[in-house]
Amino acid sequence: MAEADTASRVRSTHGNPDAASLAKGRKRSLLARLRRDYPVLLLAIPGLLVLLAFQYYPLWGNIIAFQDYQPYLGIGKSLWSGFENFSVIFSGDPEFLNAVQNTLILTLIQAVIVFPAPIVVALVLHSLLSNKLRQFVQTIIYLPHFMSWVIVVAVFQQVLGGTGMINNWLRGHGYDPMHIIGNVEAFRALLTSQVLWKDTGWATILFLAVLSQIDRSLYEASAVDGAGRWRQTWHVTLPGMKPIIILLLILKLGDSLTVGFEQIILQQQAVGVDASEVLDTYVYNNGVLGGDWGVAAAVGLVKSAVALALVLSANKLAHRFGEEGVYRG
Amino acid sequence: MTSAKSHRTMVGGMPMPGLTERVVKAVFLTIICAAVVFPFIGVISTSLAPAEEVTKAGGFVLFPTHGIDFTAYRSILSGGTVTQALLISGFVTVVGTAIALVLTCTLGWALSRRGTIGNRPLLLLVLISLLFNPGLIPSYLVVQQFGLLDSLWAVIVPVSVSAFNVIVVRAYFVGLPAEIIDAARIDGASEWKLFRHIGLPLSKAVIAVIGLFYGVGYWNSFFNALLYLNDSSKWPLQLVLRTYVVNGVELGGQDLGLGSEAVPPQTSIQMAILMISIVPVLCVYPFIQRHFAKGVLTGAVKG
Repeated sequence: MAEADTASRVRSTHGNPDAASLAKGRKRSLLARLRRDYPVLLLAIPGLLVLLAFQYYPLWGNIIAFQDYQPYLGIGKSLWSGFENFSVIFSGDPEFLNAVQNTLILTLIQAVIVFPAPIVVALVLHSLLSNKLRQFVQTIIYLPHFMSWVIVVAVFQQVLGGTGMINNWLRGHGYDPMHIIGNVEAFRALLTSQVLWKDTGWATILFLAVLSQIDRSLYEASAVDGAGRWRQTWHVTLPGMKPIIILLLILKLGDSLTVGFEQIILQQQAVGVDASEVLDTYVYNNGVLGGDWGVAAAVGLVKSAVALALVLSANKLAHRFGEEGVYRG
Repeated sequence: MTSAKSHRTMVGGMPMPGLTERVVKAVFLTIICAAVVFPFIGVISTSLAPAEEVTKAGGFVLFPTHGIDFTAYRSILSGGTVTQALLISGFVTVVGTAIALVLTCTLGWALSRRGTIGNRPLLLLVLISLLFNPGLIPSYLVVQQFGLLDSLWAVIVPVSVSAFNVIVVRAYFVGLPAEIIDAARIDGASEWKLFRHIGLPLSKAVIAVIGLFYGVGYWNSFFNALLYLNDSSKWPLQLVLRTYVVNGVELGGQDLGLGSEAVPPQTSIQMAILMISIVPVLCVYPFIQRHFAKGVLTGAVKG
């Protein structure tokens, strides 16, 4: 209201809006708007600058994917190399293919095991009758989410490592210790259990929010129709969760080339590159550590492009199935 | 008479759970909670157990039975590498969170003033940045170009505006009662005054939550530090944790700044380092937790 008032007051001082001065009046009103709104813009500027500098401006650095980039020459003086850097991708460099394979396998494992886990936990929590008990359990299981990956990996070592809690107990009771940390065969299981430990609890928060909004009368109606608890879960609860599950699957699909970067960097030494290299660690190891900047940038660029394409098409697919998706477009 | 089944008590439209179901759920939840809690108990116990007990147990104690001993803590806090890292992490967290909150709230407020010049394009600019990630190599090049390598600002500034958090605060500001803002405007309050004396005080809850999220993020930040800080004297706690706990590099008396004192067992030291990186998060956790109950975040996202 106040805005509109000021604006009209400002505009009315420009006199009568006849055809000749209309264009001029418009320009004036833009100026007037600027004069009125510049404090708002001033407030926006610091935050926008950071966003532009560290989110948008770096995009330009992707051009080194087309260069034989040398850090001491910089982007300006490095030689152009066309699509040469992309040859690791298109000619199927074994190291690169290994990274792709590990990435996809880990993504698949996580889609099958890690994704449904919080849904199950949320269903159990939601079915609890005591609010106190539910909040107590929530307080405990959200906690690991706020631990850094370094802490999670360190804690896992202390529990599962050669001299860790479990192996100490096994040895003390006359059993053979288990070889888990540093075991190539068990690496994927280890990564998965760490993700489960850290984020399953936290991931329930969204599902619980959705569950609490399902219409109670649907349960009552289905109970009148003779549905037991299982059938209610199947016919009322799960359909109520469908939109959020689809939304999260879409986001997950966009992230499918991004798996456990920090988590793997921390544990790569112990199991070697063959078992642990994923696309992100490939970019880091070859680019920042290995000095192969152009190739690393090329792989990173293709990865980002594919990820963006995946989100956009998954969103479209969701619309085709009549779901909301992430955005309307 | 109706059948026995329909006599079962109903709760919220669902029949009361049977005994088997309740037992299964109880076991399930107990296992989950134990899986979260036990590792922490083990870490605390080992860090506090006396040296002989740790050595006798082969490096790990679940419950200290021979009293409590703070030697491990005293030795990591006596001025060496770990102490330094602790101070750096504290600095990054406090300064980073302060900067991030100022930038996020001002931008969120500006974007919440609908109808002002450039409002929609700027909002779009923030929203679009959610869709892509600039990538590791380009980000590194930019930080290098700005001359921030080996500077703590490289860990602080690039992540000081999270587009997601901006959207969350903006949604909260938009939801504030328009009458109050209009009234203040008519009374001649400047934009800054509106923000400072109306926007901020009315939005304490959401600001607290995103502040805690920024804080935990800075305290936990590991990879940016690894990427941008080569100089090990500038390492935050997470990098020290990686080197001496995850990778198991031994910490000598000199690194610890102990002089000629005896060095406690490595496991005790490691667990003590682990504890001092966990405890600050544990301290703020109850405050974050309190706000979850109010649904501040999920509510704002929907808006």
